[in-house]
Amino acid sequence: MTAAITNTPRPAGSPRRRLSAYLRRTPRLRLGILLSAPLAWLGVAYLGALAALFVTAFWSTDVFTGRVVVSWSLDNFATLARDAVYRTITVRTVGVAVIVTLVDAVIAFPMAFAMAKFTSRRTQRLLVIAVMTPLWASYLVKAYAWRSMLSGNGVLHWLLVPVGLDGPGYGLPATVITLSYLWLPYMILPIYAGLDRLPDSLLDASGDLGARSVRTFLSVVLPLALPAVIAGSIFTFSLSLGDYIAVKIVGGTSQLLGNVVYDNIGAANNLPFAATVATVPVVIMLLYLAAARRTGAVDTL
Amino acid sequence: MPHQAPDVALGDHPPAASAVPAVRLRGLRKNFGSVTAVDGVDLDIRPGEFFAMLGPSGSGKTTVLRMIAGFEQPTDGTVELGGQDVSRLAPFDRDVNTVFQDYALFPHMNVARNVEYGLRVKGVPRAERRRRAADALRSVRLDDYGRRRPSQLSGGQRQRVALARALVNRPKVLLLDEPLGALDLKLRHEMQSELKQLQRDVDITFVFVTHDQDEALTMSDRIAVFNAGRIEQVGTPQEVYERPATAFVAGFVGTSNLLGGRAAEAVIGMAGLFSIRPEKIRIDGDLARPAGPGETVATGAVTDVVYAGAILRFEVALDAGGRLSVVRQNTDGVPGFTDGRVRLTWRHEHNFPVTGSE
Ligand SMILES: Nc1ncnc2c1ncn2[C@@H]1O[C@H](COP(=O)(O)OP(=O)(O)OP(=O)(O)O)[C@@H](O)[C@H]1O
Ligand SMILES: [Mg+2]
Repeated sequence: MTAAITNTPRPAGSPRRRLSAYLRRTPRLRLGILLSAPLAWLGVAYLGALAALFVTAFWSTDVFTGRVVVSWSLDNFATLARDAVYRTITVRTVGVAVIVTLVDAVIAFPMAFAMAKFTSRRTQRLLVIAVMTPLWASYLVKAYAWRSMLSGNGVLHWLLVPVGLDGPGYGLPATVITLSYLWLPYMILPIYAGLDRLPDSLLDASGDLGARSVRTFLSVVLPLALPAVIAGSIFTFSLSLGDYIAVKIVGGTSQLLGNVVYDNIGAANNLPFAATVATVPVVIMLLYLAAARRTGAVDTL
Repeated sequence: MPHQAPDVALGDHPPAASAVPAVRLRGLRKNFGSVTAVDGVDLDIRPGEFFAMLGPSGSGKTTVLRMIAGFEQPTDGTVELGGQDVSRLAPFDRDVNTVFQDYALFPHMNVARNVEYGLRVKGVPRAERRRRAADALRSVRLDDYGRRRPSQLSGGQRQRVALARALVNRPKVLLLDEPLGALDLKLRHEMQSELKQLQRDVDITFVFVTHDQDEALTMSDRIAVFNAGRIEQVGTPQEVYERPATAFVAGFVGTSNLLGGRAAEAVIGMAGLFSIRPEKIRIDGDLARPAGPGETVATGAVTDVVYAGAILRFEVALDAGGRLSVVRQNTDGVPGFTDGRVRLTWRHEHNFPVTGSE
């Protein structure tokens, strides 16, 4: 480093020039300056809010006045752990999130694979846009569209009755269908990006060495695309975990964690307990991210 | 230049011309949309041969190789391997293996698993798989690298893993697409002789794509020169270099030195287009001396002298029209010719007719 500096042919001139030369020599400082604004935003708006949520979870509400009482206790967590209803709802919520993630992975993988490997560049661009288009439409519009499709005289019913089946009606299956539909693009796009980076020559090489398509898929494509699938699953899993609107619209009487939070903020007016329930998906998500990290998926995000 | 003598033997084991060709291409054609990548190729590659496909970028070499391997379906024509028509077979049903230009090593497997892949797919028992993979790695001098990941290897080492991964399957034909293209010059020369040695040891037909004429000349038993999706000439390195069939070959393999039109008639005494290699021409300032027996003479003026260390290159404008390039060993330094006037002489057999245009 010193050699490079002493060898600099032009000695630093104006202060501005000296400053930029200094920043060039100290990449960490430069990075710090560049990142300070986003870091401040992240710190205050995101981590701050999360901390506030966590702190609130230890407070309680006055039963008579409905006011929040700032007193530290683990009562809320105890209620959450003891009451079977909340355990059932937590398991149900995680179950829905897992199933939605699996359904999305199964639907998205072939689509992304076809997009990345069997279409021309031009078609690829069109398909990427086509996959993203639903994201431009309102969440509510899409959820209500599914509500009408799933209703007793909706399209699904009309399609299934001739083959002797019936639509799923409103309930958890309907919730899974709707959420899978809503989050599908978040699964397709990372997998597509991952497979697009996968050189075609690896597939050729596998075939060249005697592997048929299925073998190539299992031994080469899948292991190399797995981080991308997990990256996509982080989106679908976390989005499903926190959702409470779709289930309200198509879920019939079923409740998920989000609904408990919502009801405690609104009807029950128990903000501290709502905060306690809200920490559950956060903790689950942290565990999931920690597990995903070990597969290297977080690096591909 | 190696192979100066026109009639030396080709190598340790000259391939038998009579045997069924290892690879036979007939009327091979490939269109990508409106682009004709390969435009009617006929070719016989003999068993055990080190065969080079030489040609400029975009001349269709890779496409031909990919059709032999089965990655591309020919638009027209047939591919035969060992006398069997495989045109419609998938890559996994063909007894050939490929060394890819980017090596295409599986990044999620270590070197040993990469090399074993072909055997594992074919269900070879584990013990034999291990042994053969170890042998293959030894043959490319990478015995101790089995546990490394491809990302932990240098370019030359990756290239050798790719080679081992292909050779471990003992294919009848090995296809190599510019396998040395990514290596630096020194490593490239090392790998050239290693590859050649390996080919003699394993006795497998090598089909080698390159756009480096030196590589093709020094390594191969025979060369096919590609141009715009067609083969211009097939022959031994000597034939291709000493007797290029077309103006294109003369220009692509070595330096183009063409005489045509009135210049050819005046100097050589025949109409047509002729090629003369620069090192076959002697240059001196002895303008008055007549031609010796069997010699052709031309006089001209030196327009440029390029000093290239070991050799000197003279650009000469002939009095009869046309230009010739002449190279000379730098034995006595740069000579001074009076007024730049020179006499060029070469033996009759060193100018020969080629087809094409100047
Ligand atoms: N998949 C493809 N789609 C469209 N055109 C292609 C495709 N593959 C090759 N081509 C075209 O076919 C022609 C021959 O290509 P090819 O790759 O065989 O050349 P090459 O001789 O191997 O060149 P290089 O030395 O640059 O590798 C080129 O014009 C190329 O653009
Ligand atoms: Mg090529």
